[in-house]
Amino acid sequence: MRVLYLALRRLAASLPTLFVVLAGLFLLLQLAPGDTVDALVAQMGGGDAVMIEELRRFYGLDVSVPVQLGRYVWRLLQLDLGYSAIYGKPVSTVILERLPATLLLMGSALSFAFAGGMALGVVAARKVNRWPDTLISTLGLIFYATPSFWFGLMGIVIFAVNLGWLPAGGLEEIGAGHSGLRRLVDIGWHLLLPTLTLALIFLATYLRIMRASMLEVLNLDFVRTARAKGLSPGRVVRRHVMRNALLPMVTLVGLQAGTMLGGSIVVESVFALPGLGRLAYESVVQRDLNTLLGIVFVSALLVIAVNFIVDLLYARLDPRIVT
Amino acid sequence: MSAILSLEGLTVSLPPGADRSFALEDVSLALRPNEILCVVGESGSGKSMMAGAILGLLPDDVYATAGKVVLEGENLLAFSDEALQKIRGARIGMIFQEPMTALNPLLTIGDQIAEMFETHTDLGAGIIRDRVLDLLRDVHIPDPEAARRAYPHELSGGQRQRAMIAMALALEPRLLIADEPTTALDVTTQAQILKLIRELQQRKGTAVLFITHDFGVVAEIADRVAVMQKGRLVEEGLADDVLNHPQHSYTRALIAAVPPLLPPPAQQTGSDIILRIEHVSKTYRKGGLLARSRRVTHAVNDVTLSLPRGGTLGIVGESGSGKSTLARCMVRLLDPDKGSIWLGDTDLATLSRKDMRAATQRIQMVYQDPFASLNPRRRAGELVAQGPIIHGESRALAQARVKELFALVGLDPDSTERFPHEFSGGQRQRIGLARALALNPEVLVADEPVSALDVSVQAQVLRLLADLRSRLGLSMIFITHDLRVAAQICDRIAVMKDGAVVEEGLTADVFTAPRHPYTRALLASVPGRDWIPPVSPDVLTGHGAAAAPVPDPINISRR
Amino acid sequence: METLGRLAKSPAAIVGLLLLLVVVAMAFAAPFLYPKDPLSLAGRPLQWPFANPRFWLGTDTTGRDIAAQIFHGARVSLLIGVIATALSISIGIALGALAGYYGGLVDDVLMRITEAFQTLPNFLLLLVLVAVFGSDIKTVTIAIGLVSWPASARLTRAEFLSLRSREFVQASRTLGMRDVQIIFREILPNALPPVIVYASVIMATAILLESALAFLNLSDPNVPSWGNLIGTGRSVLRTQWYVSAIPGVVILLTVLAVSLVGQGLNDALNPRLKRR
Repeated sequence: MRVLYLALRRLAASLPTLFVVLAGLFLLLQLAPGDTVDALVAQMGGGDAVMIEELRRFYGLDVSVPVQLGRYVWRLLQLDLGYSAIYGKPVSTVILERLPATLLLMGSALSFAFAGGMALGVVAARKVNRWPDTLISTLGLIFYATPSFWFGLMGIVIFAVNLGWLPAGGLEEIGAGHSGLRRLVDIGWHLLLPTLTLALIFLATYLRIMRASMLEVLNLDFVRTARAKGLSPGRVVRRHVMRNALLPMVTLVGLQAGTMLGGSIVVESVFALPGLGRLAYESVVQRDLNTLLGIVFVSALLVIAVNFIVDLLYARLDPRIVT
Repeated sequence: MSAILSLEGLTVSLPPGADRSFALEDVSLALRPNEILCVVGESGSGKSMMAGAILGLLPDDVYATAGKVVLEGENLLAFSDEALQKIRGARIGMIFQEPMTALNPLLTIGDQIAEMFETHTDLGAGIIRDRVLDLLRDVHIPDPEAARRAYPHELSGGQRQRAMIAMALALEPRLLIADEPTTALDVTTQAQILKLIRELQQRKGTAVLFITHDFGVVAEIADRVAVMQKGRLVEEGLADDVLNHPQHSYTRALIAAVPPLLPPPAQQTGSDIILRIEHVSKTYRKGGLLARSRRVTHAVNDVTLSLPRGGTLGIVGESGSGKSTLARCMVRLLDPDKGSIWLGDTDLATLSRKDMRAATQRIQMVYQDPFASLNPRRRAGELVAQGPIIHGESRALAQARVKELFALVGLDPDSTERFPHEFSGGQRQRIGLARALALNPEVLVADEPVSALDVSVQAQVLRLLADLRSRLGLSMIFITHDLRVAAQICDRIAVMKDGAVVEEGLTADVFTAPRHPYTRALLASVPGRDWIPPVSPDVLTGHGAAAAPVPDPINISRR
Repeated sequence: METLGRLAKSPAAIVGLLLLLVVVAMAFAAPFLYPKDPLSLAGRPLQWPFANPRFWLGTDTTGRDIAAQIFHGARVSLLIGVIATALSISIGIALGALAGYYGGLVDDVLMRITEAFQTLPNFLLLLVLVAVFGSDIKTVTIAIGLVSWPASARLTRAEFLSLRSREFVQASRTLGMRDVQIIFREILPNALPPVIVYASVIMATAILLESALAFLNLSDPNVPSWGNLIGTGRSVLRTQWYVSAIPGVVILLTVLAVSLVGQGLNDALNPRLKRR
């Protein structure tokens, strides 16, 4: 109950943030040279003034900027993201089609990075300044410095092109007509390399934070108490150190949700995954600002949702959080 | 009776690069059943390392290199880590200083106590729960069932320490090590905890190794005393002998530095009032916009006090009494909600920010923490010259005066170019004092100026304050939690509780004939109140302790 | 001085400094070693490295010299990294200092804005900025700086919050010092070390962001960029993989160098942490 109340309050507090985001972006897009109609006209290879005027009215671009903003926010309240001129469909439909792939990619990359980062961080902290720590920390630095798109490309070269173990791209084998479990396995197979690619940099971050956090907690007084109680080193770490050390990690998941979504743009482009990130890239190239704005809105919602879950989790882990 | 624990020539070495090569050097001690042995010493004396060495929990790079730690006939230094785990908790209980940080914030009190049984016994969950409740009842926690389910942050400091004691005694160890167990507590809570330790110790016949820096606590609880200086044991004997007839010169100096709980003869101060505080209130609001979740704390509630010119008004109280908030209101670090603060005919409480900046010349503050109160990136001389320069004095003139001020507060005038970390705690406190005095203030507000200092250094700084007060004709507000210190330096005393002043009067009157029950409780809680340190420090004339060569040790890792 | 001394004792920091020195040297040497426009046609396309002594790193799909692009790319990457970092750190310090020192309403408003920025995926925001303002190299640099400041603002704010209540800051106030002086002369010097260490993280990220943008062909096409070269190599990935592989290794080493120096700096500034 306490936890729920806290989380709901946090959620309410993020609404103003969301509207600040939208208003700021909308005004920013007003500064863009050219709008949807210009893009459309350019795509059609030119058009006459009357038709352009017609289109402007159709897309609601003939009124003043504040009115457009007002309309836009009002439409958003009804979860209407507008119409994509390029795809010829409502933006929400386009986004909903692309959302599952991104969620799947993010979910698997996050789980992998979190679990792996935690495990490696714990090992490194327990062997601090000895060879396992040096090895893990060095690997972490290298992972952190690797551009993810390049890692993805090299993965394709090695595992898809040379070894032929993994598919080079796509979400599933098109036209294979798999269904049920078979299809799931196929999707998992396709997502293996993209997950690794997206997770790499976060794995490095998590392991570094977990290591530092473990070392920090190991120095605290209650750990000395636990040792003075006669607990074995393993039990001290499991019962007293790890849960405390996890708190900064949980916070980090919330803080980095946005970064991860940003990373998926590149990864989806490398592996030709039909996700939100690739859609964002395409709409920039095609100057489909309506869709781009819609993606930003949905991304902000996603990040807020992730933070909501993180808050719930954090409050469960730490009894000191009060409403 | 044979000893439960004996240290035989115990030597613990420090890593290279430390300020000395041994934390403990050739220490031999014996602790018998049903006895409380106080190990007393200043910071850096190695007393806490002793606890670590006994339990095999020394920091990395610190090792016991010679001697023996014999527990009931077995040398623990020869034990493997696994063997030591069976002894820790089960045969040696341990209580630490800071009950907030010594308990895991994420586990309930009950779980943490139960862990003792889970680790060392095969008892079932139901039995363990009953035993935990019994233990909590034994340490007189008000609602044991609720405390069992509480998290550490939900209990008060005293209750946490009770829980800690319950945990340490869970398996009825024959030896209990208590490392400064009451240092972080308020004086009334401290008295209760000391009583509790005494009671449980006598009931169970436990031997207690009690580590402390406070001779008052020693006088309160010790059967025998061991005095440590820089890793060496300098004196050991029955409490009565050591406290009243100290043999070693270091012990004598230490004891001489302990302020006796005797008020000085009333000093005559004029009726001329320099600082008058009228109906000052300050409240804190916490929580969000919802009225339901908002909490209002009356930190200072309608306080009226006055400070005679040339006098010293002590404001004493426990943590949370509002004494520090009041001090911060006087110098406008905080803005009071209500009331006036008259310095001469200026009401500081209503001055604009700009006018208050100018008025800071007339009222200055000395801070508690010698480590946090000086900007680590400025040279000592700069720190002192800063004030006059801000108030328009030329740089050259200000810097010339710095050397005078250094001499005034007993610092080497040639050390102005050094950085704060190159000074000891007591010296830093002198720099802070020089910084305040550089502006020639009429009133000095001293907020716990000696609380972070070792007892011998504390005596020196107190002496300096008293000396400056009479030489410069300073009027002083002196905030402290320590009644012994207050008795030494204050002409008048105001006792605060929950934001209000419950009693105010001449120091001698408040000490000899307290009117308010809280004042009486406070006085009754001062540890070792019946013990009069044998050598009078005679703070005001500079004899006694001043003659003894008391070192001003550099504090290594106080926190 | 002491800090530099400690820095020189850390092997990781030395490796990082040496690597960084090499990259800087490459940047400075570029116009002398490869005076021709690195984006102009130099020879037969798709020559493997070491096959032709004129092009020791080979040529790309359009016959441009890869080595020339790598050397000139170092200039671009470093320049973008340094300028974007300086920009984002300045914004972060200014906003963080104001929010942390004044608290209250100022803090609330500034932190809402910071949160708004953090709620947006930074790469997505970068795409939007590039979509709106174009992909000229100056625009890209400023845009990267603009999307990277929130974390440094939070860090500065946290430092200020903790330092603000420290007694030496209170002492400055009771000496009659003005807010501006307290912020800049008392608090800021003590708050800077962790922010400076964090600058290395921002710089690493800035270089990675630019290369990702260039890889997607959304950065300035008229300047030689490592990311761009990787993008070029994509079309021949199955056969001439070296076109993508070489610039990737260079990015990795550059970012690694920046991170190592940052870590060394961190250890040097917090010697206590290193020891345990």
